[in-house]
Amino acid sequence: MADFEPVLMANMQREDSHTLAAYEKAGGYAALKRALREMQPKGVVDLVKRSGLRGRGGAGFPTGLKWTFLPQETRGPVYFCLNADESEPGTFNNRVLMEQDPHQVLEGLILSCFATCATTAYFYMRYEFPLAWRRVQAAIDECYSAGYLGSNILGSGYSLNVYLHRGAGAYICGEETGLIESLEGKRAWPRIKPPFPAVEGAFRRPTVVNNVETVACVTHIVARGAEWFRSMGVPPDPADPRDPGSFGPKLYCLSGHVERPGCYEAPMGLPVRELIDRFGGGIWKGRRAKAAIPGGISMGLLRADEFDCRLDFASPARYGCLGLGTAAVVVLDETVSMVDFLHNSCRFFAHESCGQCTPCREGTAWSLRMLDRIRAGRGRWKDLDLLLEIGDSIGIIPGSTICGLSDGAAWPIKNAIRKFRAEFEDYIRQSNPQGYLETAPVAALDSTGSH
Amino acid sequence: MATVIIDGQEIQLAEGERLNGVQAAARAGIEIPHYCWHPGLSVVASCRMCLVEVGRRDDKTGKIAMQPKLVPACQTPATDGTVFVTNSKKVADARAMVEEDLLLRHPVDCPICDKAGECLLQDYHFRYGQETRRADIKPFTSRRRELGPAVTLFVDRCVMCSRCVRFCREVAGTSELMVANRGAHEEIDVFPGFPLANKLSGNVVDLCPVGALGDRDFLYQQRVWFMKGHSHVCANCSAGCSIRIDENQDQIYRIKPRENPQVNRWWICDEGRYGWKHVHDPNRCVTAQKRQAAGAAPMEWSPLIAELDTRLRRSRRLAAVVSPHLTVEEAYLLCRYVREIDAEAALVLGPVPQSDGDEKYPGGFTIRAEKCPNRRGVEQIITHFAGECAGWEHFLERLTKERFDAVWVSGGYCSQWHDAAAADRFSSADILIVQDLFALPLMRRADYQLPGAAYPERDGSYVNHAGRLQSFGWAIRPPAGAMVEGQLYWRLLKRPGLYQSRAVLDEVARDILYFRAAAEPVPETGVDLNCTPAAGAP
Repeated sequence: MADFEPVLMANMQREDSHTLAAYEKAGGYAALKRALREMQPKGVVDLVKRSGLRGRGGAGFPTGLKWTFLPQETRGPVYFCLNADESEPGTFNNRVLMEQDPHQVLEGLILSCFATCATTAYFYMRYEFPLAWRRVQAAIDECYSAGYLGSNILGSGYSLNVYLHRGAGAYICGEETGLIESLEGKRAWPRIKPPFPAVEGAFRRPTVVNNVETVACVTHIVARGAEWFRSMGVPPDPADPRDPGSFGPKLYCLSGHVERPGCYEAPMGLPVRELIDRFGGGIWKGRRAKAAIPGGISMGLLRADEFDCRLDFASPARYGCLGLGTAAVVVLDETVSMVDFLHNSCRFFAHESCGQCTPCREGTAWSLRMLDRIRAGRGRWKDLDLLLEIGDSIGIIPGSTICGLSDGAAWPIKNAIRKFRAEFEDYIRQSNPQGYLETAPVAALDSTGSH
Repeated sequence: MATVIIDGQEIQLAEGERLNGVQAAARAGIEIPHYCWHPGLSVVASCRMCLVEVGRRDDKTGKIAMQPKLVPACQTPATDGTVFVTNSKKVADARAMVEEDLLLRHPVDCPICDKAGECLLQDYHFRYGQETRRADIKPFTSRRRELGPAVTLFVDRCVMCSRCVRFCREVAGTSELMVANRGAHEEIDVFPGFPLANKLSGNVVDLCPVGALGDRDFLYQQRVWFMKGHSHVCANCSAGCSIRIDENQDQIYRIKPRENPQVNRWWICDEGRYGWKHVHDPNRCVTAQKRQAAGAAPMEWSPLIAELDTRLRRSRRLAAVVSPHLTVEEAYLLCRYVREIDAEAALVLGPVPQSDGDEKYPGGFTIRAEKCPNRRGVEQIITHFAGECAGWEHFLERLTKERFDAVWVSGGYCSQWHDAAAADRFSSADILIVQDLFALPLMRRADYQLPGAAYPERDGSYVNHAGRLQSFGWAIRPPAGAMVEGQLYWRLLKRPGLYQSRAVLDEVARDILYFRAAAEPVPETGVDLNCTPAAGAP
């Protein structure tokens, strides 16, 4: 892995990397020109399929396969939605891409739209990225002037319009059907599936929703080929027939209690320990690590003795986490109280639950209320069992909700309590020595103030 | 034909029948609890109360493969080979979880909630909930705010099923209601300055599975278990919506729609819902009177009927105004009676009140412009006896030229239906008999002033704008002193015992071809008189 050359971040070191001139000077848009000249949309789809590219947004669904779900014969438009509503706590790889190298994203977007025969693309960006918003809009304008966007791109006969849409700051808009609803001007309540967006998405038309980093990878797959992409990463686990492997470069977001937090590029399958030590310069202030979030807060927690976990799509699940997610590693050092961590996590999900499905709306709020009470010195051991029961019963995996938000809410609860139960019990016993064994319902706090 | 397996029980669906899991289970007699799903609204699958296990039976091997996760039954189509399991521990746990979740922030103020007794949250809690509360106890709150003239919202009782929001979007098409805020802070609300004021607004109260939406008219008036519901038909326009009248000791408290796929589906308009206030109006006539030189004098019904009959039978030229508020049976008896005395008696259809036009809603619901329930039925009866059906205006003209020995006028309208000038036209009649609800000009002028019945007190059948006949029994008794028209005509015709509308309808169906389809027992949803098979055949 030592000889790995950054690909996605290669251009970012250059001056004015966000401008068209800098991007073209570094060889940008060559892949697009060649593809439009030499390839058919089907060819791009096959190429991406062969590369084994999996969506970088969190679920890791094979991108090429997703594209083939579009109906073969369709009259009328196909829409492409670029999911830049990057709101998973700890995640900022899309922001880095959009701020530092928006043309790389746009080239990938144009290639992906070409592959899916979409002639309209919506670039759905979260509200909280003002710099990225300005830079992407400027880059789109440059593309129109240079003929990379608009009608009859580079004389190929292919036309594409890109609209930059700015969200209003809701985590749920990162869920693909929530994004579509929001784009249509509605409340971002995720839709029930089926139908999947590929069949009926934005404005009831076939729609593809892909992540920013995913389309950035498409640029390089077209430029360098599927074999290059498959040359790095983790091959499929022969013991698991459903594992398609994790290939290609990946942007890892490292934050929390490390010496050098930041966005780092490495091949898929980088062990957590290596990310922290080699890229992040180790735990800050010479302290020891207590835990780390493997890929955004939704994915759960790794204990410090589980840092051998490799960051690919399959490995975190072996350590009881939900998955790779966005590969956003947040490191917690030994001073962090897990009660505080879980309280913060629950507060986030209670705040961001869209409120559509009962188990998520009430479960996230209830768990926050319990943690509020625990932190106020009125916790009971029984609350831990109740929290675990909530964690085990909400989510799309048990089937009790429409979208995966509550799986994301459940995993931190499950991992934190199962992996650090002794700490929770100590905290409760010490903070509520009289009542920690109470089992009858207790009075709720008057005002939580935290949500 | 599709075979669906529900808890091991196989049921057959007809060709082309599209049911979801909730409906298919209901066919098998199995209840799948649900809040957000309603057959008349789009599917959102958000309350998660209807979670079940679903699988598929392989056609060839007969093996059943189950899906690992729970799915909402409302969103799962019942197709050939679909297996639903509703009685497993997993399903029971999921239901208990949703019930517990919904009660976390619920005030549990059942003792003062109008919905108590017919509340799904209560019923499901007893059937599927947990015995003990595990959540923190919250002090009781029940914030309330008005959403519009008819509907009030008890914010904390809401379970966010969003039925009311979807109703306003999909059926009323007015979209006043919305969900405000997010997560556990969600509330139903209206936009400031745009209250819930459409003419279908009362339906959201019926749709509400809990006590969140209250009917301001019904609020705190009556506990639901004290009331008795009676199937009836709305008389406020010619749509003929199927309704249920809820009364306690002859006092109406509310009117609710009764499901009828052929007429009103699940809805009624607010005109119909609140259009019963005249029934309990203190100004209603309740004393039969005879006008004399010294003024009107009360008279007992029995001698009055005998005297009336004697005097009428002595008359030669008779006329009867048959109100479109009379039932088919009453109209038939009245026509029959006057024609028995005078074979050439004039039979006139009473005034038919009209509004500006039909009011159509996107969901298919229509409020009809014709504000009376039975014009078609009465028209057919009159045409049968007289060969043609004369109208009110035409009759007023005729009164200036012709003299009648006796004129019988039936009313039953809920408001002023004629003016003094029209009443003056009747001055030429020797005997004027008026049976109506209120002391209007005609009533004051009448020689015999008879208090009549309002529609909840009637018994019989109406024919709606589309020719659908619906039969109903009386919901309340008329106030003491008033007599239902049917009973009065029955006695004038010297039939034995009490008025029996079904016996009269049998006669009508036998005598008049148009009503032939009513010869069979009339189902709850009515019978379409237009498509009588083999009309004329025995």
